[in-house]
Amino acid sequence: MYLLKLVFKNIFRHKLRSLLTLFGLVVAILAFGLMQTVVNAWYAGSDMASAQRLVTRNAVSLVFPLPIYYRDRIKAIDGVTAVTVSNWFGGIYKDMTPANFFAQFAVDQDNFFDLYPEFKVNRDELLAFRKDRRGVMVGRLLADQHGFKVGDAIALKGTIYPGTWDFVVRGIYEPKDETTITRQLYFHWDYLNEQIRKLYPRRAEQVGVFIVQIADGSRAAEVSQNVDREFRNSLAETLTETEKAFQLSFIAQTETIVMAVRVVSFVVIVIIFAVVANTMAMTARERLAEYATLKALGFGPGFVAALIVGESLMITALGGALGILASFPAAAGFKAAMGSFFPVFKVAPETVAMQAASALAVGVLAGILPAARAARVKIVDGLRYIG
Amino acid sequence: MAGASERPIVRITHLAKGYRRGDQDVPVLFDITLAIAEGDFIALMGPSGSGKSTLLNLIAGIDKPDAGELLVGGEDITRLSESALADWRASHVGFIFQFYNLMPVLNAFENVELPLLLTSLSRRERRERVEMALSLVGLSDRMDHYPNELSGGQQQRVAIARALIADPTIIVADEPTGDLDRKSAGEILGLLRRLNEEMGKTIIMVTHDWHAVESARRVVHLEKGELVDAPASHA
Repeated sequence: MYLLKLVFKNIFRHKLRSLLTLFGLVVAILAFGLMQTVVNAWYAGSDMASAQRLVTRNAVSLVFPLPIYYRDRIKAIDGVTAVTVSNWFGGIYKDMTPANFFAQFAVDQDNFFDLYPEFKVNRDELLAFRKDRRGVMVGRLLADQHGFKVGDAIALKGTIYPGTWDFVVRGIYEPKDETTITRQLYFHWDYLNEQIRKLYPRRAEQVGVFIVQIADGSRAAEVSQNVDREFRNSLAETLTETEKAFQLSFIAQTETIVMAVRVVSFVVIVIIFAVVANTMAMTARERLAEYATLKALGFGPGFVAALIVGESLMITALGGALGILASFPAAAGFKAAMGSFFPVFKVAPETVAMQAASALAVGVLAGILPAARAARVKIVDGLRYIG
Repeated sequence: MAGASERPIVRITHLAKGYRRGDQDVPVLFDITLAIAEGDFIALMGPSGSGKSTLLNLIAGIDKPDAGELLVGGEDITRLSESALADWRASHVGFIFQFYNLMPVLNAFENVELPLLLTSLSRRERRERVEMALSLVGLSDRMDHYPNELSGGQQQRVAIARALIADPTIIVADEPTGDLDRKSAGEILGLLRRLNEEMGKTIIMVTHDWHAVESARRVVHLEKGELVDAPASHA
């Protein structure tokens, strides 16, 4: 108790120095948390992936499509319970600014939402969507961002599929929980195929990927092999993988950037460690005569060491706590500034734990060396020291 | 008035101490043999580098001799381990330093209370003792003041209260008036004399100040690390 009192009083002896160190800590812990949140947001799509969904694509590359008739053959494979289709559309809404960018997919309107229970759909809206050839379902996030309401018309300018495509919003799906991304637009693959058949007949009856639902997630590898074996030596061989692996293959393209963000976040912690260690070394050196006096009075080296490590820990605990608290409004501000670029941008409990652990580690490590020096110093040498 | 008894509280026999500076061994004390009686007030004098502070540090148990025997209250402190020596200092030695060495973040009360934190006294008992000690040095009205709010003389009086508080066997004072003006120095010396005469405290003081020497019962001269005994100047 007395030790804590003394530690607390010591912290504010050099107010400016302590405040600057605290400020540095708050900024470092905040920056670390934000960068870790960016990394998490990057992987958010893969976290949403279901263990019971596989994605079958063209083995050569994702840019090559697969024939639609594969659907029935995949459905017949043991362990498969349902198959739906998904085709990247890549249309432009209004203009090419990042704020207006969102993903659009042509899907099998009859069963797509059955395979994605994380999208909560109103039954009437789903029926209206299925009935309307040009109907679309938009996610809650996307609807809120652009003010889409049921009945609104949306025009997309095709890039992969040229022309202007007119749609009508027939429903807005809600997220099951906060990790579910609802920033996409889904429309009828039949409508896309119908138009393609008229304009580019050779590109008709093809899909981007098949989404394969399996009964048992533990049989994913076996079912994937069976699907790919079914189409071996065919005109379009397939590559089937879990939905998570499929999502991660996209992220892998930007892995270097993510790795750089991750490395920088840890570099920030190393820098603040150097700052706090320097502060503590200076502090301990200036107070060497006081520590020697305490030892002369009968306090042991452990008490002196605890004073220094305690002070270091208290500064980092305070800075860490403020940094963690600041992370939440900062993340909210960052998300608002980034628009819908990061659909899920939330400071995770794991990130908070890492921030707290970093602050704790900095506190202990920065205090250890000066504490060891002060504990070892001879009383007569310490008493002679003029700080 | 209490006088010095015949019973020695400090017995030093063939004590030697040197330091190592770079590659060189620098001897500081040679073959010191000295007895200090219980209730005595000794002034250790000598030119700079004569070894008087080193001898005081050895008696106070904050440094260890290279050779010889050093008994304080019948206990050979040269044989104690570091932690045992720390415990011994806490209960047997009161320190008064030239620059007071008070904790700047603690007020007068808390500074005086420091040595008692190593005892098993309750908070109430500690408070009673601290108030009594501060009253003894005339600082009852300054208990809440921090060192930077006190004059040099007042800070030294707080240091004296801290040295007294655990009722130590000996009080060691290293140039206690060295940083004070004449008036404050006179007050401090008067206080030390009272501690010695009225409370029977054994005081060993290093000083350059001839006025301070007049307060002591006995003067011990050191030159080049050796004792050059002198007669008592006051008793």
